Amino acid sequence: MPEIQENIKHNTLETAARKFFSLKPDLSVFDPASSDEKAQQIYMRPSSTFFKDGIHNFRKNKLAITMFWILILIIVLVLVTPLFNPYGYEEIIRVNGKRDKTLGNLAPFTWSKLEQEAIDNGEKLFPHIFGTDSLGRDYFVRCIYGTRISLFVGFFAALIVLIIGLIYGAISGYFGGKVDLVMMRLVDLINSLPDTLMIILLSVVLKDALKEKIQGTFLATVGTNMISLFIVFGLLYWGGMARLVRGQILSIREMDFVMAAESIGTSKPRIIFRHVLPNCISVIIISTALQIPSAIFTESFLSFLGLGVAVPTPSLGSLASDARSSLSAYPYKLIFPAILISLLVLSLNIIGDGLRDAFDPKLQK
Amino acid sequence: MLGYTLKRIMLAIITIFLVLLITFFTMHAVPGGPFTKEKAPSPAVQAVLESRFNLDKPLWEQFLLYIGNFFQGDAGVSLKNGREVGDIISEGVGTSLTLGLLGALVAIVIGVTLGIVAAVNRNRWPDRLVIFLTTLFVSVPSFVLATVLLYIFATKLNWFPIWTAAKPNYFLPVISLSMYPMAYITRMTKSSMLDVLGEDYIRTAQAKGVSAPVIFFKHALRNGILPIITYLGPMLAYTITGSMVVETVFTINGMGRAFVQSIMNRDYPLIMACTIILAFAMVFMNLICDLIYKVVDPRIRFE
Repeated sequence: MPEIQENIKHNTLETAARKFFSLKPDLSVFDPASSDEKAQQIYMRPSSTFFKDGIHNFRKNKLAITMFWILILIIVLVLVTPLFNPYGYEEIIRVNGKRDKTLGNLAPFTWSKLEQEAIDNGEKLFPHIFGTDSLGRDYFVRCIYGTRISLFVGFFAALIVLIIGLIYGAISGYFGGKVDLVMMRLVDLINSLPDTLMIILLSVVLKDALKEKIQGTFLATVGTNMISLFIVFGLLYWGGMARLVRGQILSIREMDFVMAAESIGTSKPRIIFRHVLPNCISVIIISTALQIPSAIFTESFLSFLGLGVAVPTPSLGSLASDARSSLSAYPYKLIFPAILISLLVLSLNIIGDGLRDAFDPKLQK
Repeated sequence: MLGYTLKRIMLAIITIFLVLLITFFTMHAVPGGPFTKEKAPSPAVQAVLESRFNLDKPLWEQFLLYIGNFFQGDAGVSLKNGREVGDIISEGVGTSLTLGLLGALVAIVIGVTLGIVAAVNRNRWPDRLVIFLTTLFVSVPSFVLATVLLYIFATKLNWFPIWTAAKPNYFLPVISLSMYPMAYITRMTKSSMLDVLGEDYIRTAQAKGVSAPVIFFKHALRNGILPIITYLGPMLAYTITGSMVVETVFTINGMGRAFVQSIMNRDYPLIMACTIILAFAMVFMNLICDLIYKVVDPRIRFE
């Protein structure tokens, strides 16, 4: 009898211990869920794409967002100004058809004598928001037009660099081997050229050489200086982009998911466009975004030295350069273009940095 | 190492040759020679002038002649004022060199210091201030900075004298030249210091009980400022272009200004000589930097 008792005691202890240490859930303590309750548990995380993720990250960056809106403001200003401002950028303002000698070098929001008379007679004139320059041209319009040129140069130069670099880099990275070797030696050579010297040289030479060639075509309206700037950017600045794209494609081509795609028989174009390119697109976007301010910088630098956009077309660089001669009398003439260009470059730089932080997968931890 | 060095030297030589080629042939592609003015000289005079400057020979022959003479120290005569190009350049090169070296020195010293300050005080106000200032300086073009500095400190406040050849005052030009590279170096130093401070060997040193200053200056700093060497080449390129602006603004008779003026005057020999010398300096500096970097940082593999 005591043996049996001992046995029972031992058994209950063992089952208790088993229950306690068991990983099996004790089903008796649970109630089956009703279908309502089940429905409550279904929560679908909204599917997120790479771009949505990036934009979400970018939005969290308050500084970049502020700068983004400032840039938008500048762009809107540039686009809208010709709609409400009656003055042309190379127009020497006349009052009722008469040339006014006191119209030159007006301070912001002031009127010349004839204009004042006209206003006193009940006419409505548009104010000179930034004043006028020494020839009596509206300075606000000139500054805005200069900003437009800067933006135009920046975006198009970046676009040219992107297109050439993308095609060149993709070909080089995709074919690899000897083709790659030869193509990359060429990039080495172009990258090692002293770019600013070459830019100055080429923009001077092309300016003269192009003038006769494009006479009468629609290109003449764009202006030789702009075209020569673009040609120079297209010739010299794509090296970095090509190298970047090629490096990306080379490294992504070796990755396991590409091998997986190949092993299930995915076609070559589909692999490139569906698997390889989307993975390097972020790096390309960032690099393009950062190319814009550097192009704007180069253009303004050239214009400042008198080698860029030609008179009478204003550029922020040439406006700043013109302002130097009368700096002590009219300091605001330097301040307006200086602030515009600094703001432009600052916002583009910060947006570029923000995009890099938001989109670069290597930085996300 | 030897293979790599030879390869880099070969590339440098090819680059220099390419620069010579591009410069020479683009200069001659310009329509309108140096003697085309409103008052055209008589054909006889024109012919004499052209043969005097070898302009009547075929292009490739002019090119070879030019290279041959250039490396013998004869860069020709300025078409504008008839002076020896060599003389014009040797006058300006000293000033420009001093300006550039001082600018580089200021940029490196202040840049590295600020970068370290920012890295040590990560995410606190010194860091934020430094990053704010550097972002600002990267965005202000050098011509704006130079003009504003000149106006405020020389014209208005009279703290510094305006540059004259007899009494040069380097302070303002050097500051305006060094701000952009300084900002760049600061950012570079900061990010590279942060990288290094996150390394395992720093944690090992901390675990061993090494004091913070020793870790910082002995273990982290030496590796942290290595990448600066890679920036020396681009910085020289920047200094050269920057000196064009700064010398123009401060009316300093250096090489940068000579270059800009020679382009305005379409003075072929001077343009070519300036381009070649500046290009030579840049390519040489890049070569030296690359080689030094491989020597001081043995972790870099030679491709």
